[in-house]
Amino acid sequence: MSEEISISRNIEEYLEALYTLARNGEKVTTTRISEYLNIAPASVTEMLKKLADKGYADYSPYQGATLTGKGLEIGKKMSRKHRLLERFLHDVLRIGKDKVHAQACEMEHSLSDEAEESLCRFLKHPDRCPDDGKAIPPCDLKIRSCEDCIQLHSRGLEEVGKRKENLIALSELKEGQCGKVFFIRGGHNVLQRLLDMGLTPSTNISVIRAAPFEGPVEILVRGSRLALGRGIASKVFVDAESKNLAKR
Amino acid sequence: MSCHQSSSNKRKIFGKKNGNNSKHFTIALAGNANVGKSVMFNQLTGSNQIIGNWPGKTVERAEGALRFEGFDIRIIDLPGIYSFSTFSLEELVSREYIALEKPDVVINVVDASVFERNLFFSIQLIEMEVPLVICLNQVDAAKKKGITIETKKLEAILGVPVVSTVAIRGEGLHELMKKTLATAQEKNKIDGHEIKYGDEVETRIAKLAQLIESDKLDFAYPSRWLAIKLLENDSKIKESVKSKSAEIVHASEILGEEISNFHKEPCFAVIASERYAVASRIAGEVQRQTVVKTTFSEKLDTITTHRAIGYVTSVGVIAGLLLWTFIIGGFLSNLVSGALSFVEPVNPKLTGSIVSIVWNGVFGGFVAGITLVLPFVIPFYLMLAMIEDSGILTRVAFMMDSAMHKIGLHGKALIPLILGYGCSVPAINACRIMETRRERLLAAFAITFAPCAARTILILGLVAAFVSIPWALALYAIDIALIFALGRIALKVVPGKSTGLIMEIHAFKVPSVSIVSKQTWARTKSIMYIVFPIYIVGSAFVQVLFVAGVLEPFSNAMSFLTVTWLGLPAIAGILLILGTVRKEFILLALVALYGGTNLGLFLSPLQLVTLAFVSILYIPCISTIVVLFKEFGWKAATVISLANLATAIIVGGIFFRVLLFSGVI
Repeated sequence: MSEEISISRNIEEYLEALYTLARNGEKVTTTRISEYLNIAPASVTEMLKKLADKGYADYSPYQGATLTGKGLEIGKKMSRKHRLLERFLHDVLRIGKDKVHAQACEMEHSLSDEAEESLCRFLKHPDRCPDDGKAIPPCDLKIRSCEDCIQLHSRGLEEVGKRKENLIALSELKEGQCGKVFFIRGGHNVLQRLLDMGLTPSTNISVIRAAPFEGPVEILVRGSRLALGRGIASKVFVDAESKNLAKR
Repeated sequence: MSCHQSSSNKRKIFGKKNGNNSKHFTIALAGNANVGKSVMFNQLTGSNQIIGNWPGKTVERAEGALRFEGFDIRIIDLPGIYSFSTFSLEELVSREYIALEKPDVVINVVDASVFERNLFFSIQLIEMEVPLVICLNQVDAAKKKGITIETKKLEAILGVPVVSTVAIRGEGLHELMKKTLATAQEKNKIDGHEIKYGDEVETRIAKLAQLIESDKLDFAYPSRWLAIKLLENDSKIKESVKSKSAEIVHASEILGEEISNFHKEPCFAVIASERYAVASRIAGEVQRQTVVKTTFSEKLDTITTHRAIGYVTSVGVIAGLLLWTFIIGGFLSNLVSGALSFVEPVNPKLTGSIVSIVWNGVFGGFVAGITLVLPFVIPFYLMLAMIEDSGILTRVAFMMDSAMHKIGLHGKALIPLILGYGCSVPAINACRIMETRRERLLAAFAITFAPCAARTILILGLVAAFVSIPWALALYAIDIALIFALGRIALKVVPGKSTGLIMEIHAFKVPSVSIVSKQTWARTKSIMYIVFPIYIVGSAFVQVLFVAGVLEPFSNAMSFLTVTWLGLPAIAGILLILGTVRKEFILLALVALYGGTNLGLFLSPLQLVTLAFVSILYIPCISTIVVLFKEFGWKAATVISLANLATAIIVGGIFFRVLLFSGVI
C-alpha cells in the first residue's frame, strides 16, 4: 500500500487545505480553496483535476472536491505536523502568533514522522494549535493513549505499527452517532479518570446530545450517562460508525 | 479528615426486642456517587445526612447508629467514588478507612440501573477481601429502564450476598440488615470468589502476591490486592511497600513491564480494561434488558438540555430560586413582624435601667431571628431541597459549563454557587466536588460574593422596603455581574490549568415529600442554632454598648471612609464592624441605633442603596472566614477576605459617585 514516491510540496499543501476546509464530508468548493491558499481559481481547478487523477481526491466541476482515503491520510498528517510545529514555534521559541503559520508551512514538509512523534511527546501531546485554535489530529501510531507512547518510546515505536482507522474526536460526533473508543490523549490523570468511568479501549459509546457554545457532550457508555466537557471530549478519539464520514 | 458531621441518633426502626448479649458491629456504606448511600444511611440511622440527586453531596464521612436484633451497629457513610485510585482525596480516604479501620462489613450500594459501571467498583471491593454485602439499590428505577438483575445468579458468581432494595421507600432494608449481620458474624470465613483476569495478567498477579506473602511483612492490605495496586503503579502503595521492601517494588516493575509489553499498553490501563471486561461479562450473564418506551425523565431532558430552551430552564432555576426566596421571604417576613409587633413593640429601648435595656435587646434579637431569618431560610431551603432532589442541578451544570469556563471553572461549580444563595458555609464545603485545589479555591472565592440569605435580608430590609423593588433586583444583578468580573480576575491571579467536566447524569426523580421536608427542617435547624444565640446575645450587647457610649470613637475613626468616600452617615462604621459577625446585624444595629424601624426617615435612598451594596460585599461573615480557613488555610482566607474588603471600598465608592452624579436615584 505505502507509496514510496515522494509527493510534491504543492500537493501536500492542497491536501492539507482540503483537510482543514472539509466539514462533515461536504465538498470543498474551488472558490474556498482559492481564497484559503491565495491562488487563482483557474490554477486551483487544474490542481484539483491532477489530485483526482492521482487518486487523492474526488473532484466534480462546479461543485468542488473531497479527499479520498489516501488523500485524507496525507492531509491529516500534514495538518498534524503543521499544527504541532506552530505550537513548538509559539510555546518554545516564543514566536508571535501571527508569524507561526507561515513558518510552520515552510517546515512541515521536511519534518520526518519520527521527529513529529518526538515533538508531540516533547510538547506533552497538545490539543490545539496556538493561532486559530484548530484541533491537532491524533497520530497514526497503533497506541491507545499518550501514556503508551511514552512507555513504548524507549523500546522503539517502529514495531508498534500504524493505525488503519480514521479516528475522530468524540467532540466532533453528532447527536445520535455511535463510535468505538480507540485512543485517549493527555496525561495520566485524565486517562485514569476516563478509564475509571468506563471509557476503556474498544468500548462502544453513543452521543446523546451536545450542548451549543462549545458546551459539554453527553454520552452513553456502559449504560451510564456521562457529561464530558468539550475539552475532555476532544481528547477521546473514536472510530465513528461510517455514516456521515468522508467517502473512502 | 475528621467527621464533623457525625450524628449518633440511636434508632430501632425494625422494632425487634433488645437482646441481652449486646454486641457491637461497624458497617460502612460504600459505592459510586449518587447511588443512594445517604438515603440508606438516613433510613437506617434516622439521621439527616444531606441528600439530593447530584453526585458528590457527602464530602466527609458521616456516622450514625442503629440497634438491630440486639446488636449495636455503628454505620459509616463514605463519600461516593468510582474507583480506588488515589486521584481524589475521597478515594484515598475511603480506601484507607476500609483497609485500616477494618469495618466488620462493607455494604456496597450499587445503582441497579447503571449496573456494569457500578460493578467495576464492586470488583475492587472484592479484591480488598473485605466482608462484603452487595445492595442492589434503585431496582425500581432500573425496572423503568427495562433492566432486571438476577440476584441469585449474581450471588453465585461473586460469592457474596446480594440484596435488592429501594432505599427511598425502605424496601429490602430489613433483609439487607439480616444478611449484613450474618456476614458480620461469620467474619472469619470470607469466601469472596476471586475475580480472574486474563492469564498473562493473572499469573503475574499471583507471582507478585506470593512474593509479598513469603516476605511476611506486615501490611494492612491483602497481598493479592497489594500486588494489583503495585502493578497499577499506585504511587501511595508503592511508597509504603518500598519502605519495607524495595525488592518487591522492583519485582512489580519488571512484571508490570512484561504485562505492558504483552498488551502494548501501560499496566494500569490494562488492569482497568480487564476489570471492565470482567464487569461487562458478569453484567451480560445476570442482567436482562428489555426495550421500553422513552421514560418521562428522558422526555424531560429534551427540554432541560435543549440547545435553546435548556438555557431558559437553567436561568429559570438560578433566577427562580432567588426570586422565590425574595418574594415569598419578603411576604412572610411582613406577615410575621406584623403579628409580633401586635404582641409587644419591637423598637429598641435606649433609656431606662440596664436590665430593661438588656431584656429589650434579647427580645429584639429573638424577634429579629424570627422575622428576618426564618421567613427567608425556610422557603429557600424548601425550594432548594426540591431542586436538589429532582436532579435538575446536573442539567443546569451541563448547560452552563461553557459559561463557567470563562471564570476558570466547569459546570459542576455551579452547584456550590447555587447552594451559596442560602449560606456560604455549606456552599464552600460543597466545593469539594471540584477536582483540584485551585478550582475549589476559585469557586469558594466566587461564593464569598454570592447573594446568600443574609445578603438577601439586607437588600430587602434596606432597599426593597425603603427605596424600591427594581433597585433591590438591580443590586442582585450587579452582584452577579461582579462575581463574574472578579472570577475573571481571580483566574489571572491563581496560576494553573483548568480541568474539564466529567460528571455522571442521573435520571430525574419526582422530589419526595419526606426527603424535602426533612432536609428543609435539618438545614433550618442548623441555621437556627447558629443564628439565634448570636442574635439574642449580640442584640443585647449592641444596645448596651451604645448606651455606654463606647461605639462613638470607632465610627469617628472610620469617618473618612464611611462619610467622605462612601457618602454614608458616621454610624456606618459601627455597622460595618458589627456586620462582620453576621450581615443581618447591620440592619439590626441600624434599627437599634436610630431607635426606629422606619429607616427611610434617617437615610436617603442613595445612602440606603450604597449601604446595602457595600454591606453585601465588604467581608465574608465570621463563619465563612472560619470555613475558608479550614478548607484552604489562613493565607487564602485572609487574601479572600481582603479582596472582599477592597472590592467593597473601591467599587462601593465608584458606585456611590455614579449614582450621585447621574442622579438616577
